[in-house]
Amino acid sequence: MSSTIVSVNSQANALPPPKRAAAPAALAYGQERAPSSGIWVGVFAITMSFAAFTSALFVREGTADWGHLTLPSILYFNTLVLLVSSVTLECARQALEAGRLGTQEVSHKASAWVMVTLLLGLGFCAGQFHAWQDLRAEGIYLATNPNSSFFYLLTFLHALHVLVGILVMVYLAGRLMASHTTFRRSLFSNTAIYWHFMTGLWLYLLLLCRMKL
Amino acid sequence: MEESSVQQAHVHAPPERFIRKHIFSLDHKVIGKQYYALALVAVFTGMILSWLMRIHMVWPTAKIPLLEHISSAGAPGGVITPEYYLSLLTMHGTLMVFFVLTNAPFAAFGNFFLPIQIGAEDMAFPRFNMMSFWVTFAAWAVLMLAFFIPDGPPIAGWTSYAPLSAVGKDAGPGMQWGMSLWGLSIALFCIGSLLGALNFISTTLDMRAKGMTLMRMPLCTWAWFITACIALLAFAVLLPACILLILDRHAGTSFYVPGGLVISDRLQAHSGGSPLLWQHLFWFFGHPEVYIAILPSMGIVSHILINSMRKPLLSGKVVIYSMMSIGFLSYMVWGHHMFLSGMNPMSALAFSFPTLTITIPATVLTLIWLGSLYGSRLQINSASLFALGFISMFVAGGVSGFFLAQPSIDIYLHATYFVVGHFHMVMGVASLFGVFAGTYFWFPKMSGRMMNETLGKLHFWITFVGTYCIFMPFHYLGLIGNVRRYQSFVDDFMQPFLGWHKFMTIAALITGAAQFIFLFNLIYSRFKGKVAPENPWNGTSLEWSIPSPPPWNNFGGKHPVVYHDPFQYGVKGSKGDFVMQDSPEQAVPASGD
Amino acid sequence: MGKLLAVVLIIIAIASAYPIVTHMFPLPEDISTHGHAIDEQLKDTMWEAGVSFVAAQLVLAFFVWSFTGRKEGSPLRNFPGGARVMVIAAFLLVGTEILALGVLGQKAWANVYFTSASPDAVQIQAQAEQFAFYFRYPGADGKFGGIHPDKIDEGNQNYFGLDPANDVDARDDIVSGELVVPVNREVHLMMHAKDVGHSFYVRELRIQQDFVPGLDLSVHFTATKFGKYEIVCTQLCGLGHYNMKAYLNVVSEADFEKWLKDQAAQ
Repeated sequence: MSSTIVSVNSQANALPPPKRAAAPAALAYGQERAPSSGIWVGVFAITMSFAAFTSALFVREGTADWGHLTLPSILYFNTLVLLVSSVTLECARQALEAGRLGTQEVSHKASAWVMVTLLLGLGFCAGQFHAWQDLRAEGIYLATNPNSSFFYLLTFLHALHVLVGILVMVYLAGRLMASHTTFRRSLFSNTAIYWHFMTGLWLYLLLLCRMKL
Repeated sequence: MEESSVQQAHVHAPPERFIRKHIFSLDHKVIGKQYYALALVAVFTGMILSWLMRIHMVWPTAKIPLLEHISSAGAPGGVITPEYYLSLLTMHGTLMVFFVLTNAPFAAFGNFFLPIQIGAEDMAFPRFNMMSFWVTFAAWAVLMLAFFIPDGPPIAGWTSYAPLSAVGKDAGPGMQWGMSLWGLSIALFCIGSLLGALNFISTTLDMRAKGMTLMRMPLCTWAWFITACIALLAFAVLLPACILLILDRHAGTSFYVPGGLVISDRLQAHSGGSPLLWQHLFWFFGHPEVYIAILPSMGIVSHILINSMRKPLLSGKVVIYSMMSIGFLSYMVWGHHMFLSGMNPMSALAFSFPTLTITIPATVLTLIWLGSLYGSRLQINSASLFALGFISMFVAGGVSGFFLAQPSIDIYLHATYFVVGHFHMVMGVASLFGVFAGTYFWFPKMSGRMMNETLGKLHFWITFVGTYCIFMPFHYLGLIGNVRRYQSFVDDFMQPFLGWHKFMTIAALITGAAQFIFLFNLIYSRFKGKVAPENPWNGTSLEWSIPSPPPWNNFGGKHPVVYHDPFQYGVKGSKGDFVMQDSPEQAVPASGD
Repeated sequence: MGKLLAVVLIIIAIASAYPIVTHMFPLPEDISTHGHAIDEQLKDTMWEAGVSFVAAQLVLAFFVWSFTGRKEGSPLRNFPGGARVMVIAAFLLVGTEILALGVLGQKAWANVYFTSASPDAVQIQAQAEQFAFYFRYPGADGKFGGIHPDKIDEGNQNYFGLDPANDVDARDDIVSGELVVPVNREVHLMMHAKDVGHSFYVRELRIQQDFVPGLDLSVHFTATKFGKYEIVCTQLCGLGHYNMKAYLNVVSEADFEKWLKDQAAQ
């Protein structure tokens, strides 16, 4: 896989200068803004899925066996960790935009902030795992009651999506470290959109769990 | 470092190795053909399943050769058991709705032609595109596995209502691993479809060539785009539904299963769940799904008709807005599958009105197709025959919707053959006619060879008359109260009508056999067909401006520029009575209107 | 070949309409008080649908006939009024149809679902299970005993899981495999699903309603003609779905009382 990427890039680099000079014209046709609809489409689909789970929760809430689940307190700490990770990702963006593009120093600085972000993300996931352990210690498992079912389900699926974000960020950090000349800015902005969405989604889920479970 | 344009972002090198070229291809054209091949396998499988069902219904003791080897439990001595009939029914529906009607008109043709028709080199995310096919393929493989496990495929129908589908093996044969394989298969299918929809939407929004405004896109491109938008929302809801089902089955949760159920003499260890939750989630997906099945065919038929008539439709814009309205309204009607489900009877009326209202854009489309024929110079070939047949079938299948949209009439017609006739005619036939039309029309472009016209016309006539013969009687039988999903009719009430069932079975066998003419034509023409020119139908859209078949990067590294909408027919152009989209020449109106 | 298509379309339109027009598939006789409204609705819809279907096929045939095989260079014309006429026609045609069918059709639905059973309706409980229907009458005390899933014993014909030993109300409950009802008296049928989803469908009664596990649903109806009518399950419930049926037996008031007494004596 990676060899293919390198070969694409080397091919891109090997394009004759006239073609490169024509790049501004390449931007002129088609669209004025840099295209990034893909990430928004993806975000929208994920939103729809969690909306479906939410409606399932509302339906299930109506039955007699709906109880109450006390959320493990570590969740709030995890929330803080995730919020900070969004801030650090913005620090990475600052680093990219403030410095002169294309310098190694800038991309290395940005890469460092991205690595901090992904470590915080890993911390969040570890914290979520800890929350599940807390519940298990109390004898509350996935199928124990409907409230716990939704709790485990929602937090697990969210953490899974966060992990995907972490994997992308590993790639992102790697690209920033590896080559400062062929780095695609859209990769960063798309990753940032996805990551902030994960944070926002978590805030929503936390609120939902607090109010409903 | 510069702000890189999307072109550089997705450029992939020309494929070198066999695996990259033909198997794990990033090329949207190869992926489109892969989807088509998968749909072809699925449709012939589904068709044979329907043959088995229909043969069993009228000749219940018939010994089917070879069937015993596939399932000794399901067909001992080659005689289909009642439970195996339900397995066949479930797999028929699942294969046809998902792997044929979502794959062929949308994923197959859309993948091949959407990028070309908007002037792009490939889809926005070729890797996701490749993944979408292979995930779909995996979904198909998982589903087919159900045939070969000892307990057999599930018996809950393609709709898999809970709690029958959610409690596991107590529910009946095939309901343990067969049902789990179904759940996994559909969950995978959702993921594949979401990746595909993502590509269609992003590509359409971001990768259009210069001059290709949204309103200059061909109508089939619009149909694929709208379908992708619907699919994104619909499959994003079906996936959670399947996840909850899998959890109920394997993790002991109770999302769908209430307490106190005694199945196979066993009190089920669930409580508090809601069977209606499954129905709501499923049909919230399920109704838009049927529009996912028909909209691309509407677009394909519009595209082909314009070309065949040598004249634009009365208004391309109205067609686009009608398709959009259908897409939008499709999300408001799902409850019409649940009128008698025990949901609040008030909501039945709330769902009935948008269901009736959807008839408006559907009628607009039909009137526009019909009205556009007036004053045209209609050319008859296999593609246009199927396009015209589509109009006939769409009306035939659509009008039965008037009945089912009204809850009071649905009291009587629900779960009868009337419903089965309705959806087969409008999905199974009309939508498939769009696929046939598209195949005859685009085969030259996709393969570089022409299909045999004589065989094509023969295929059309047998299929057109045959499908009417099969599915019209379904409606009549529904009117007298013939219940669906019965493996045979053992009661007195139905005996007078068994002759009609025999008629339908024979019609199905003959019509099905004719599909092998199509298959033969496809395969033979691929190798021995007449070499196709670049623009065999004198079309205006961008696919006709590139070689047949197109090179790996579609436009040979050039960036097309678009000057017109694709409706420049009936004008004086340098090439004849049309002007292509990428031709700067101004269209001169031909004499006459 | 275009002309051939036109001819075939006309033949298909006529052949499809023929069985309807000649009443080859008549509705089963209506034995209910609310069914007439449904049948009227169905007739009206059949007119609208039938006319739309035939008209569309004939127009398609006519245009295909007229505009195929035209020579190259023949003038192209646009339908007078263009797309605008079509949009207006669609709104008018379908709009009036929606009003007619949708608004008027409300009544037929409301008759069945927006009214509750009268207090002196005959109370009967129906249980659907894989793969039979059972019906329970409250007996002389007019009360139903409680249902206990853990007490269900098919072998001893305790389908409902009654507990007559501890439950006074259950002692005189009558359980029957046949739904016996008196003619011209309202019946309130309470519906309970023992295992999975089922459905209750009597064609002549123009009644269909799902049994949903976990939900207390009911229908009410008044049968107006004597006779035995099929009750069939219409919700896929497993391998015996095709064979899951019972009979509705509409008898006179006197016969109904007699039947109840006979059942109670057993």
